Amino acid sequence: MGMLDPVKGFGVTFATMFKKVVTEEYPEVKKVTAPRFHGRHQLNRHPDGLEKCVGCELCAWACPADAIFVEGGDNTEEERYSPGERYGADYQINYLRCIGCGLCIEACPTRSLTMTNEFELADDNRQDLIFTKEDLLAPLLPGMEQPPHPMRLGDNEQDYYVNGPELAKEAQK
Amino acid sequence: MTIAPDKTTDKSTEIVVPEGHVKLVIDGLEVVAPKGELLIRTAERLGIVIPRFCDHPLLDPAGACRQCLVEVEMGGRPMPKPQASCTMTVADGMVVKTQLTSPVADKAQAGVMELLLINHPLDCPICDKGGECPLQNQALAHGRSDSRFHEHKRTFPKPISISTQVLLDRERCVLCQRCTRFSAQIAGDPFIELLERGSQQQIGVAKDKPFQSYFSGNTIQICPVGALTSAAYRFRARPFDLVSTPSVCEQCSSGCAERTDWRRGKVQRKLAGDDPEVNEEWICDKGRFAFRYATADDRFTRPMVRDAESGELRESSWTEALQIAAAGLAETRDANGVGVLTGGRLTVEDAYAYSKFARIALRTNDIDFRARPHSAEELDFLTSSVVGTNPDNGVTFKGIEAAPAALLVAFEPEEEAPIVFLRLRKAARNKKTKVFHLGQFTTPAVEKTFGTLLACVPGGEAAALHGLPEHASDVVDELSKPGAVILVGERAAEIPGAFTAVVKLAERTGAKVAWIPRRAGERGALAVGATPNLLPGGRLVTDAAARTEVERTWGVEEGVISAKPGRDTTGILTALVAGELDGLVVGGVDPFDLPDPELAEKALSKASFIVSLELRPSAVTAHANVVLPIAPAVEKSGSYLNWEGRHRVFGTTLEGTGALPDCRVLDTLAVEMDADLFTQTPAASAADLARLGDNVSAAAAPNVPAPLLSPPKAGQAVLATWRRLIDNGSLQDGEPHLAGTARPVVAKVSEATAGHLGIELGGEITVSTARGSVTLPVEADDLPDGVVWVPANSGDVTVRRNLAAGHGSVVSVSGGKA
Ligand code: SF4
Ligand code: FES
Repeated sequence: MGMLDPVKGFGVTFATMFKKVVTEEYPEVKKVTAPRFHGRHQLNRHPDGLEKCVGCELCAWACPADAIFVEGGDNTEEERYSPGERYGADYQINYLRCIGCGLCIEACPTRSLTMTNEFELADDNRQDLIFTKEDLLAPLLPGMEQPPHPMRLGDNEQDYYVNGPELAKEAQK
Repeated sequence: MTIAPDKTTDKSTEIVVPEGHVKLVIDGLEVVAPKGELLIRTAERLGIVIPRFCDHPLLDPAGACRQCLVEVEMGGRPMPKPQASCTMTVADGMVVKTQLTSPVADKAQAGVMELLLINHPLDCPICDKGGECPLQNQALAHGRSDSRFHEHKRTFPKPISISTQVLLDRERCVLCQRCTRFSAQIAGDPFIELLERGSQQQIGVAKDKPFQSYFSGNTIQICPVGALTSAAYRFRARPFDLVSTPSVCEQCSSGCAERTDWRRGKVQRKLAGDDPEVNEEWICDKGRFAFRYATADDRFTRPMVRDAESGELRESSWTEALQIAAAGLAETRDANGVGVLTGGRLTVEDAYAYSKFARIALRTNDIDFRARPHSAEELDFLTSSVVGTNPDNGVTFKGIEAAPAALLVAFEPEEEAPIVFLRLRKAARNKKTKVFHLGQFTTPAVEKTFGTLLACVPGGEAAALHGLPEHASDVVDELSKPGAVILVGERAAEIPGAFTAVVKLAERTGAKVAWIPRRAGERGALAVGATPNLLPGGRLVTDAAARTEVERTWGVEEGVISAKPGRDTTGILTALVAGELDGLVVGGVDPFDLPDPELAEKALSKASFIVSLELRPSAVTAHANVVLPIAPAVEKSGSYLNWEGRHRVFGTTLEGTGALPDCRVLDTLAVEMDADLFTQTPAASAADLARLGDNVSAAAAPNVPAPLLSPPKAGQAVLATWRRLIDNGSLQDGEPHLAGTARPVVAKVSEATAGHLGIELGGEITVSTARGSVTLPVEADDLPDGVVWVPANSGDVTVRRNLAAGHGSVVSVSGGKA
């Protein structure tokens, strides 16, 4: 250990004062994530509010951490949650297990499941970290209606999948 | 893969071709195959899997899907086009190249796959078959990765229900015709057919005729795509989240192998298991769809005891309930005695616990498993001809299939033991087995087994059997051929002299006799001595040596087992009413199944102490002093003895539910009463039973003469009645889709009888006795005159409960409403 070493040490401290600060002022200042950040999931809706999820369980199948649980259900004319025959009756993601890999998003055949940039997923108990369908569903935007309700944009699911956005625009006119 | 030709010729000198076999080459491998074998199966034996959709080993070949194309060379000359390997039989010197060695075959298969997928909706995410779909798998293995078809697909409206249970999605169908072939060939219910032509070709049903078949669920299982799905399993789960446990059906005495698929502690569906000896690959719809009774809301979860003050049942701890039960039973035993009614649905292990409990804890032989009409003659028959028979020495499914002739006595196979019906049909269809039905009218089963109806008046079956040599010597001749069988149903217990006549006929012809009860537990209960006259293993109660043997093995003092034959079900009930018995232990018994529900009701209210071991509330519950909840079949292990006497062992499907099997409950109850049953678990119970083994005592055959029947008076008719497969049975509760496939509730009479009694056919009929009446629609059929047939337990018509009558009773009949 040389005599000048302590001075050298202060040199490091001194030099750092001129570098860019990496400390985050979280939670006072919330960090804006990269646009494709893998945050909390969201279950999207069709423009009229019907759910896009068809309860196919492919996300659960794809999940390497076994964090997703889905149970399908049967739409009826009186009680319709999604266009077509099938909807996700029970949908749960366990954030204690989720590793944020996004494989479920790739598996989703209807683009129902996507990820948001929301990353504040901490809690002090296990129960609240199992998100259910209510927690995951996208908020109702203007023009959307809380299901169950009949198909507003067309006569069958083909209309929704093939020309959903156009039909929605037309409906708004 | 290429193989040097000289090598093949070298080998050919080594392989010896046995008689009736041919030698061919598949993918360069030499193979010897029995004549008539299909190429696709020979290849399979070599481990070469050729893709396929329509081919099914138990259905006649159809060659409908063309997915199994291979290249074939005969006598050195290649056939001009690829051939369907599922319709072509092997021939000597054939050289076959599958997709593994032939680019031609591979391309042909890929082409067929592309064509199949042109109109397929590819809606796998919402299809119930997704994840276990042969089309999905083979498209991945042999199909293209992209589609060249960009035009509009042909579409059909999404699923149409072809019965309340079966849904058909015509877009997904690949027209392989497995479903139509199954229905036409195996089940004999050709209600589902190929309609239209060209791209509009589709599977369908006639407008006013739904897919009415007791076997419709099998078409769902064998459909290689998701075109046929069930309402019950619709969107419930994916194969990857199901746990599959092999199981045995608890619904009837056939003992079908099943696969129970469950998720999160709940059974989601049942599928047919593959057991060539028993059910092949089929099961009936009841076995497939009826399982929700076990999760009904009203199922007992806690023991209950009757509160001394309020007189109401209240939940209690096991300790309290068992103590009260033990004290009550000990007291009533020491007073006038306790009877035991086990019901016919127990596993062998549970029935054995009841049998041992009655003998050493209650010290009585008053135990009977027959919760249905029964007779002393039946008991004699069971003791002398049934107990101890097993697949090695008795009639079997395979035996039926090989039989030259079968006589069915008071047995309606399609309704009572559907798999027996399928075997009879298979035998009649393939081997020309002659099937004779001694019954009342040409039921669907008579037609579908290409059978002959020997019609008689209900109750006149015995006389008819005695008269066979005289009036129908051809039947006797057929039955005299080696291998012929006589199958007797449980209804014979309602017909005096029937068992006697059957035994006589069997002696005369040498035909083997089998008793085919309806309920799954009856054969087992008989084998373990849940009867008034038998101890376990077919030992007679009256046989002192047998008693000593049992006492020694059980390690109880000599003389514990009573030498006096006990009372049968009716005897026990009568004794309760008369005060000759005080207590009762009841398993799963519904008083309305008993010959006289009113007597049962009286006995239940008269008994001073009743312990009920039940799954769900029944008519017994209202009278029980202690109710002990027990486990349904899926929550315990055990075995059934099917009608052949074959052990059908199954393990626990849903573990850890905390529900206890009967044998465990009885074991603990016995300990409270200072007796050791050693039946803590089904395994322990089975081991204890095995130590005893079989030692069937010789017993006298039944000997009851056929009664003289007096013709019914004016305004009266003789009642013919039996239960249908899908009816009000409590094990079918909670299944609306299944219930919707039940046959219509109608009465049947002959046209002449209708004329006599002033009944308008197509209108309504009222059948009544002193106890009550039922009114139902009526139609004509080929019944003997003076006979009316009514389903025993369907819809609002419950013959026992409404009329307190049975098969062979005389009833009053009138047209219209009462
Ligand atoms: S419905 Fe299924 S079994 Fe019937 S023809 Fe179509 S694909 Fe085959
Ligand atoms: S499997 Fe051979 S044609 Fe269908």
